[in-house]
Amino acid sequence: MSESAQIAAFENVPGAGDVRIHAVDKTYPGRSGSVTALKDVNVSVKGGEFVSILGPSGCGKSTLLRCVAGLDHPSQGSITLGGQPIDAPPLDMGFVFQRDVLLDWLNVINNVLLPCKLKKLPIHQWKPKALALLKLIGLAGFEHRRPWELSGGMRQRVAICRALLLNPTLLLMDEPFGALDAMTRDELNLELQDVWLSNAKTVLFVTHSISEAVFLADRVLVMSRSPGRIVDVIPVDLPRPRTLSVRETPAFTKYVAHIRQLFESFGILRGTNVR
Amino acid sequence: MYDNSTMETGKRTLSVLLVLVAFLAFWQLAVMLLRPPEYLLPSPVAVAKELGTAPEWYLSHAVRTIGATLLGFAAALGLGFIAAVGIVYSRILENTLYTLLVALNSIPKIALAPLFIIWMGTGLTSKVAVSFTIAVFAIVVDTVLGLRSIDPDALDLFKSVRATPLQILIRLRFPNSLPYLFAGMKVAISLALVGAIAGEFVASQAGLGYVILAAQGSFQTTRVFAAIVLLGVLGTILFFIVEVLEWVVCPWHVSHRERS
Repeated sequence: MSESAQIAAFENVPGAGDVRIHAVDKTYPGRSGSVTALKDVNVSVKGGEFVSILGPSGCGKSTLLRCVAGLDHPSQGSITLGGQPIDAPPLDMGFVFQRDVLLDWLNVINNVLLPCKLKKLPIHQWKPKALALLKLIGLAGFEHRRPWELSGGMRQRVAICRALLLNPTLLLMDEPFGALDAMTRDELNLELQDVWLSNAKTVLFVTHSISEAVFLADRVLVMSRSPGRIVDVIPVDLPRPRTLSVRETPAFTKYVAHIRQLFESFGILRGTNVR
Repeated sequence: MYDNSTMETGKRTLSVLLVLVAFLAFWQLAVMLLRPPEYLLPSPVAVAKELGTAPEWYLSHAVRTIGATLLGFAAALGLGFIAAVGIVYSRILENTLYTLLVALNSIPKIALAPLFIIWMGTGLTSKVAVSFTIAVFAIVVDTVLGLRSIDPDALDLFKSVRATPLQILIRLRFPNSLPYLFAGMKVAISLALVGAIAGEFVASQAGLGYVILAAQGSFQTTRVFAAIVLLGVLGTILFFIVEVLEWVVCPWHVSHRERS
């Protein structure tokens, strides 16, 4: 079966987007003995679910995401996607990094088409999809611009299009909006919700912003550090599509307050400097 | 943005020209007032006249020197790049070739010129060899640096779509190394010219280096100056060509630099 046929085949298969993380440990060899980055992590994510992974820096949330991406491997335990163990980056996965990692020497459209080029899929078949994605995210007419002509928010939008190009069943995002200013971040949160609502795929979204985690997610995984583990899983029951004003509702602030108290009880926040 | 930078470049070029004209005027005036013997210091006008007496003769020698320089530079660029890729991908080459290159670089390479004359004769080949030897180090060092300084996230991006090592080399490492390669090329093109002249100094029948040495022997100082002026013009043009190429090949880098 050709790779494009494989990618097409992943769609519409029940359970294709399910992610199961079972008893995962990750240790790194360090100078003074080994360092435990993840300890006994168990998560089950349903296909099409939006899950935020929230925690302080150094809690292993990025490590967990990299393990799901097949870019890193757990020391113990197993991770499956659609029932298949992940030992290499899955074919139907998109990854968005904190920095946009656009290639300076390619224009916008060719940056979006990069996964297609690397997988040797026919460009002409995927170009309309790339243009449609750019249009969806508000970048119509920017196809031939160079990355260095774009603002930070526009660059990250292009990176999201690149991750979505091959219509992945699994989208992994590692603090994708962490480097953006607050207003651009709000805009992109809304756009990400739109994209996800229009084409439900499993999303694992790593962040250290409590309100961003709650705003976007169906469920929030709360992580603590040393060792990195999941301390609570909080289902977010807020109607969709959510608007920015949802953040001022009592229901929303209750979720945020609850998570903040959770961090405080683990000695991570001291009741001050909360976003 | 573009208009602004074009204007800036225009202003800079103008100020450079002004300084140059002022310097020549000062020189001319000093010679006219102090009247040193011509074999010590000819005036700029005398040098210009000298160039005018036999332009074809000067041109034919300049072409010799340009030929040796460009051939040496091209060899340094080609072989240097291949060596750099080898060094980045092979631990053995890194430990042997790279170590050897760094060690050899501490030898003043001009000292090797007489050896190349012994081995290859007094023709073009020996000049190209000196030019190559002196230029190649800059290419190798900068290309190795460029191929290595990859954003780890970019590498992960390529791995996340299962790019092959060859794809990572061609589509990531190579384009990423271009700005570094051009930095090396700018150093190398100037050094290649130094190498060609050094080779011509040791033994030759043609080239601007030969012109300088022959004229010096007969105290034709004006002719020495004429050749030096030509070399200055040549060096500037060659450097400028590399800069224009950089503009065409990696505009993103030029733009970053202008902004900072």
